[in-house]
Amino acid sequence: MKTAVFIEKRAGTERLRNVTLELTGKAAALMKPFHGEVVGIFVGDRLPEDTDELFKYGMHRVVFYNNAKLKHLHSIAIKQVVAQFVKREQPDIVLFGATHTGRDIAPLVAAQIHTGLTADCTQLVIDDYRDKGKILYQIRPAFGGNILATIVTPDHRPMMATVREGVMPLPEHKTMNPVKFEEFTPDFRDEWVRHEFLSIIPKRSKVDLGAANVIVSGGAGVGNKESFKLIFQLAEALGAEVGASRAAVDFGFIEKDHQVGQTGSVVRPKLYIACGISGSIQHRAGMEESKKILAINKDPDAPIFGIAHMGVVGDLREIIPLMIRYLREEG
Amino acid sequence: MSKIVVLAKQVPDTSNIRGNAMKEDGTVNRAALPTVFNPEDLNALETALEIKDRTGREVILLTMGPLKAVEIIKQALYMGADAGYLLTDKKFAGSDTWATSYILAEAIKKIGGVDLVVAGRQAIDGDTAQVGPQVAEKLGFDQVTYVTALNEVTDTTVTVERDGEFQTEVIRARFPLLLTVTSAANTPRYPSARQMLRYFKADIKENIPAEERAEYERNGWIIPTLTFADIPGINEAHIGLKGSPTKVNAIRDIAVQGGDLKMYDPRLDGVKALVRDLMKQYVEVQS
Repeated sequence: MKTAVFIEKRAGTERLRNVTLELTGKAAALMKPFHGEVVGIFVGDRLPEDTDELFKYGMHRVVFYNNAKLKHLHSIAIKQVVAQFVKREQPDIVLFGATHTGRDIAPLVAAQIHTGLTADCTQLVIDDYRDKGKILYQIRPAFGGNILATIVTPDHRPMMATVREGVMPLPEHKTMNPVKFEEFTPDFRDEWVRHEFLSIIPKRSKVDLGAANVIVSGGAGVGNKESFKLIFQLAEALGAEVGASRAAVDFGFIEKDHQVGQTGSVVRPKLYIACGISGSIQHRAGMEESKKILAINKDPDAPIFGIAHMGVVGDLREIIPLMIRYLREEG
Repeated sequence: MSKIVVLAKQVPDTSNIRGNAMKEDGTVNRAALPTVFNPEDLNALETALEIKDRTGREVILLTMGPLKAVEIIKQALYMGADAGYLLTDKKFAGSDTWATSYILAEAIKKIGGVDLVVAGRQAIDGDTAQVGPQVAEKLGFDQVTYVTALNEVTDTTVTVERDGEFQTEVIRARFPLLLTVTSAANTPRYPSARQMLRYFKADIKENIPAEERAEYERNGWIIPTLTFADIPGINEAHIGLKGSPTKVNAIRDIAVQGGDLKMYDPRLDGVKALVRDLMKQYVEVQS
C-alpha cells in the first residue's frame, strides 16, 4: 500500500504548512499495519526549507518538482504535474490539506484521473469493504454539520481526500526515517502557466483563531461595543482568543478578522464560549466541531443550545462578570 | 459575444434536518426540506451580472435538480439573468461531484459559445467546493477559486482578487475561465420589479397547460429543461449513482445532541458550578 501526501508551503514563507505535517503523521499511521509507504509530492518554485521535518513524522520519500514559474498558484500547471506523479507512482490513497490551495488543486486532479475525492474529512480509517479488500473509509460532516457521512471510493484509484488543518493531531512519538528526496521530471509546458499575478497583498497579521484552544465569541446579544469589552475580559481571564458572529461584526462591535462562521474563520477549538450568539447556521458552520461548547444566551430557544454541551440562560452582562470573578478565585 | 454561465444549486436549508429526511440509500430526501438558492451561488450570479452590466454579455443560469429547482431560475431571471436551463432527469440522480461536473460540463458544451463560467465557492449542503473546479477541468478551462472581488473586465481577460488565506492575490486570468466566488465578493442585488413583472409566469413546459403553451412561447416564459436525451454524446456510464466514483457508505445523524447539554443556573451558585466545570475542562485543554 502507498499513500501520497500533497506538500504545501505556507504562502509568504518558505516553510511547510502544519497540515502537511499532520497529513504525513496520519498517512504513516494508516500505512503502518500494512508496512506501506508514505510519499510526499511537492510542486512549486522551491521545496520548503524545513521539508526534512516530514521524515520525523513518518514520511519515507519526497518527490519534488521545482520550477521558478510556479511561485504562485497556477492551478492547471500544478494539476498537470500532480496527475503525472499519480500516474507514475500509482498510490492507493492521496491526501491534500483542505486549504485554499488543496481545495483548488485536488478536484482538478480527481477530475482528470477519474477518481473519487472526499472533502474535509474528519476521520480516515482503512478497513475491509465487501469483496474489495482494504479500502479507505472517509468520514466527513455534511449538511451544515447535521450529519456525519462515511464515503468510500470502491472501484477507482487512488482514493483521494482532503483534511482541514488542525483536524488530525500530530503524532507524539516521532519516527526517524532516513531523508530521501527524488527529483521529478514531468512533461511540462509553459502554456499551462496562464495567470498573471499582478500583486500579492499579505494579510496583516490576523487573529489566529484557527490555532486557538479556547475561543470566547460575542454576538448581537452582547448589545453594544461597550459591553463587548466583557468578551475581551473573559477571553483574557481564560487565555483565549476573541471571536465574533457576523452580526457582531456588522454592528461594528469588533473587526471582521474575528468573525467565525461560514464567511469568517472555521474553528475547532477545544472550548468555544458563545455569548449572545443565537447560533444561525452560518455561525454554526464555523464552530460546531468545537470539542466543547458553552452557550450563554437570554433566549432559551436559541438554536445554539441545540449544539452546546453547557448552557446558561440569562443576561451575559451579569453572568460574565461573575464568571471572571470566580475564574480569578479558582485560577 | 461569448456567454456567461452561472452554476447554481437549490439547496436544502441545512439548519433544519432530521433523520427522517434521509433516504435508506444515504442520499437526502430533498422533498422533505425547505429549500433556498445556495447563498454563494447568489454571489456568483451577482458577479456575472456585474460583468453583464459592463460588457453587455448574456448571463445564463444553469442548475441541476428536481423540477422544483425551477424556482431558483426564476429568482435569477428576476435579478437580471437572460435565461436559465434546468437539468433534470432521473438518470442524473445520485451523482457525486465527479458525475455532476461531467453533466454540467456537457450541458455547457450543449449551450455553446460559453467562455466564462461562474460558480459559488461551495454549496451549504455538501460544502465540498469540488464541482466548480471539476467543471473547469472537464471543459479544459482555467480557473480562479475563492474570488473575493471583481476588478477589471476586458474582451479577453478578467482581473479578480483571490483569498489566498494568508494573502490576497490580484490575478489577471484569460478566458476561457471558471471562477468560484465567495460571499465576500459582493452583495447580491434585489430582484427588479420590471423583471418580476416580465417573468412571474415563467415556468418549465411540464407545468404549463397545453392551451396556454402558445401564449407562453410568445412571451418567452418557457424555461427550458435539459434531460439526458437532450445532451448529445453524454455517456450514461459516467452519470448518476452508477457513474459516481464515490459512494455514501453510511450516514449518521448528529443534529440532535439531546441529553448532552448541561444547563447552569445564571445566579451565583450556578455560575460557580459552571466555572468549576470550565476549570476542569481547561486543565484537559492544557494537558
